Amino acid sequence: MTIDINKLKTKVGKVEVTTGGVLKSEGSSVRNKTGTWRSFKPITNKDACVSCGLCWAVCPEGCIHKDQANKFSADLDYCKGCGICANECPVKAITMVKEEK
Amino acid sequence: MREVTEASHAISDAVKMVKPAVIAAYPITPQTHIVERLSEMVANGELDTQYINSESEFGAISSCLGASATGVRSYTATSSQGLALMNEVLYIVSGMRLPVCMTVANRALSAPINIWNDHQDSMSVRDCGWIQLFAETAQECFDLTLMQFKISEDKRVLTPSMVCMDGFTLTHVYEPLFFPDQQKVDEFLPKFTPYHAILDPEDPMTLGPIAFPTHCMEMRYTQNKALLDSISVIKEVYQDFSNKFLVEIKNTRPASYDHVEGYRTDDAETILIALGSVCGTIKDVVDERREKGEKVGLLKIITYRPFPKEAILKALKDAKNVAVVEKAISPGLGGVLYNEIATLLYESQLKPKVRNYIVGLGGKDVTLNHIREIIKNTREDKGPLEQWMF
Repeated sequence: MTIDINKLKTKVGKVEVTTGGVLKSEGSSVRNKTGTWRSFKPITNKDACVSCGLCWAVCPEGCIHKDQANKFSADLDYCKGCGICANECPVKAITMVKEEK
Repeated sequence: MREVTEASHAISDAVKMVKPAVIAAYPITPQTHIVERLSEMVANGELDTQYINSESEFGAISSCLGASATGVRSYTATSSQGLALMNEVLYIVSGMRLPVCMTVANRALSAPINIWNDHQDSMSVRDCGWIQLFAETAQECFDLTLMQFKISEDKRVLTPSMVCMDGFTLTHVYEPLFFPDQQKVDEFLPKFTPYHAILDPEDPMTLGPIAFPTHCMEMRYTQNKALLDSISVIKEVYQDFSNKFLVEIKNTRPASYDHVEGYRTDDAETILIALGSVCGTIKDVVDERREKGEKVGLLKIITYRPFPKEAILKALKDAKNVAVVEKAISPGLGGVLYNEIATLLYESQLKPKVRNYIVGLGGKDVTLNHIREIIKNTREDKGPLEQWMF
């Protein structure tokens, strides 16, 4: 059995909503770039990184990825700047830098 | 089939006939007998249901939410502190428009610790977006349980519901009950077909996403509208039920279910308004006062949320004096139902004198003499507008 999402749409005010807010598409948290909430960003010094992966393990957003050289850094599209990675890094390779425009 | 049954077991038997796929519950006085009997049925193989012995009421209602999101029927029951512990999830269930059904065995909220009956628990969650139906008798408990599933699961409604029954004065009382045949129940309530939500890894959906300020108020609007519109669906289900299942045992339920039951209200100048089992006591005193020639009646409210404004105003149209007799209090304001009735009357052209009587908190007996005094003061327009009946 499958849900016909078109039957669930209602226009209210200026927008369209569905019954209970259900959505047929998955992955909206990938499309919504939530990194704009951040006030500090983690910058990895890749020369210092020892590829231990601890930052990857403790990141509550799951937004730290490994590059081809096995070095870890945060995807700033989604990173909220909590600083846990910088705090936990055993070789202090991650620095929290203030966001400025 | 007729049987003398405890009202709690009437609920269990109704739930058995409804056949939920998942029952998740945590026992708490005075709800215990309901879920104890259901777990026995499952253990004995009489009921094919996934029964989850939850670690708390928060877990129980969360399991029901998850089960309902997969597109199956789910049920739970609780009381008092248990309902309070569910509070956060109650809003999530209704906001996600999942048709979870629950029985609330009404009991006072702590402190002071008290296991006996009043309506404070149900009233404390009246704004959580659930449908609330109040039962007076064991038969009504049974009937409303069958009806609540049909109401909640209707695609025009998709809103969870709670049937509220008084702790001890109903849950632990034996009354004559008529059970319909399973086949007739199946005809009335067919197998559940989900309409808006099925969690299925093969065909993924997003349920309960974040709504930014651009969409949240709009979603709340549709939820509120569904609840307002459910008034007509509930009425439809009441009528359908009353036509399919006739009264088998006199005085155990209204001949035709409606949002409200007017008891001798037609020419009544003085009308008492109440919820739940206390209506039985009030009916006895109404009969007694009628014999003395006093034009007194009772307006029993069955559908409490959505609030049946039209039906209440219709019943009160000729009333000169009204008394709201209730088992709950909004501390610092007054009776909960009283304030709603007063607001409703202010919006209308009707201007009867309205009094508020707080009765039976924490299981205090509501006696015939209490009701006699309430009727006397209301008829004669005497005494304070708000009075606690100790």
